Amino acid sequence: MTPDDADYTFAYLDEATKRMIRRAVLKAVAIPGYQTPFASREMPMPYGWGTGGVQLTAACLTPDDVLKVIDQGADDTTNAVSIRAFFAKVAGVATTESTREATIIQTRHRIPETPLTEDQIMVFQVPIPEPLRFLEPRETETRRMHALADYGLMQVRLYEDVARHGAVTLAYAYPVRVAGRYVMDPSPIPRFDNPKLDRSPALMLFGAGREQRIYALPPWTRVESLDFEDHPFEASKPDRPCALCGAEDSYLDEVIVDDAGGRMFVCSDTDHCANRRAAGAQASAP
Amino acid sequence: MTVSTAEMAQARVRADAEARAPLLEVAGLTRRYGARIGCADIGFDLWPGEVLGVVGESGSGKSTLLACLAGHLAPDAGRVLWRDRDGRARDVLAIPEPERRLLARTDWAFVRQNPRDGLRMGVSAGGNIGERLMAGGARHYGRIRGAAADWLARVEIDAGRIDDTPRAFSGGMQQRLQIARNLVSGPRLVLMDEPTGGLDVSVQARLLDLLRGLVREMGLSAIVVTHDLAVARLLAHRLMVMKDGRVVETGLTDQVLDDPQHAYTQLLVSSALRL
Repeated sequence: MTPDDADYTFAYLDEATKRMIRRAVLKAVAIPGYQTPFASREMPMPYGWGTGGVQLTAACLTPDDVLKVIDQGADDTTNAVSIRAFFAKVAGVATTESTREATIIQTRHRIPETPLTEDQIMVFQVPIPEPLRFLEPRETETRRMHALADYGLMQVRLYEDVARHGAVTLAYAYPVRVAGRYVMDPSPIPRFDNPKLDRSPALMLFGAGREQRIYALPPWTRVESLDFEDHPFEASKPDRPCALCGAEDSYLDEVIVDDAGGRMFVCSDTDHCANRRAAGAQASAP
Repeated sequence: MTVSTAEMAQARVRADAEARAPLLEVAGLTRRYGARIGCADIGFDLWPGEVLGVVGESGSGKSTLLACLAGHLAPDAGRVLWRDRDGRARDVLAIPEPERRLLARTDWAFVRQNPRDGLRMGVSAGGNIGERLMAGGARHYGRIRGAAADWLARVEIDAGRIDDTPRAFSGGMQQRLQIARNLVSGPRLVLMDEPTGGLDVSVQARLLDLLRGLVREMGLSAIVVTHDLAVARLLAHRLMVMKDGRVVETGLTDQVLDDPQHAYTQLLVSSALRL
């Protein structure tokens, strides 16, 4: 795409907006886990479909970047395909489904199974950035609680879970403490992915468009999932191998396959599963 | 846990007494609401292990005074000095917010008249009691739960109710739970705003019994605001009578109640119902 026939500024957003977002990103990186306000723009998609993530991606993209977009781990779902096509059109960047080839990975609800590298940026779509939202509805008060590191209430929430169910039952959006300071919502990734946040070599950016917040984990940041000494955090997943590639260590989706209640468990990360099968891996006979 | 808390409390009372300094020094405390006076020119010292009663009719400024002491309201004038654990005098009104919050969940306790204001109604009894511990950094579930069960027993609530929410509790149980939630961190100063208000008399009597026991056992220093002279007589060592935002009479509780000097105090004492 040449400047003459471009209908949009590179990556859709105007330069001033991108600069504003980058400033917010710099601040977010400087204060890991802190929710930095930013002037979120209207995007050509509804709130809740990843407007925060799309704005971050637009602000980070360079013409040489290779973009991967996943939705619940899959490259081939509506949201992922649309966002990839969107940036292919308005930025003319190369897109990929391979985690290894990508330089920017925008994600909804998953972190790829393939280990990330220092040359990659993860962009998370965040619906609710405030981990204390359902414990304390007043935003003025939650901001003060963050400022004073007053997180007893979050621990009370975990206590209630252990008291009622014998274990913390949060399966996703499991709260973490960043660099020993801010408590952060890791976005609705399954708690299976929480350990991947800890000391990750890749820069992790979180964008909440409707809520107008950006937060970040700089590379190699310490990220601890909140827990009790006698009820330590456990990354959980369905206790079986993938029905396609036989992987024992990847996060699984449950798929209903017929009207008779038949179901199969398959890797949620489609790229990981396809790579394994291409390399000859297969499920052992059921 | 029970024994050690009591021992710790007694050791602390001794240490405080050795310091021979008041826990709280209040001077010239004034709070106005526009042209009206909330409380004016209040001054007193509270010594370690002492229970000060504040009595007066509604609107006399008792609750305003308490809110100013707790830092919930900013007074217009005056000084409040707090003796911290290291024996240093701190100006409460100048303590930065983070430290004030830390104090509010460790060294201070505030028991409200309506337990609904002082409890988290959607959180189990155990969680309510454990909150202060967890806010203070406790991360061992078993120990937190143990402390909660211990405190439920001390405030005479059946240990089987530990996972029930306060919604399922009677008014008297809610008030006892609020007291447990406040005292679990071993505070040095307890502020109580009408702790027995709105309870029927037999429940009041049990609560007063409990409070008296805890005050003695833990060596608590407390300020109890009440309009009920009988409560004041049972709990307080010393009384302060307030009228129209000012202190009109102070003295030992028995002395004030048996031989009131100020006309208003005389009226107050003679107005009390006797069976």
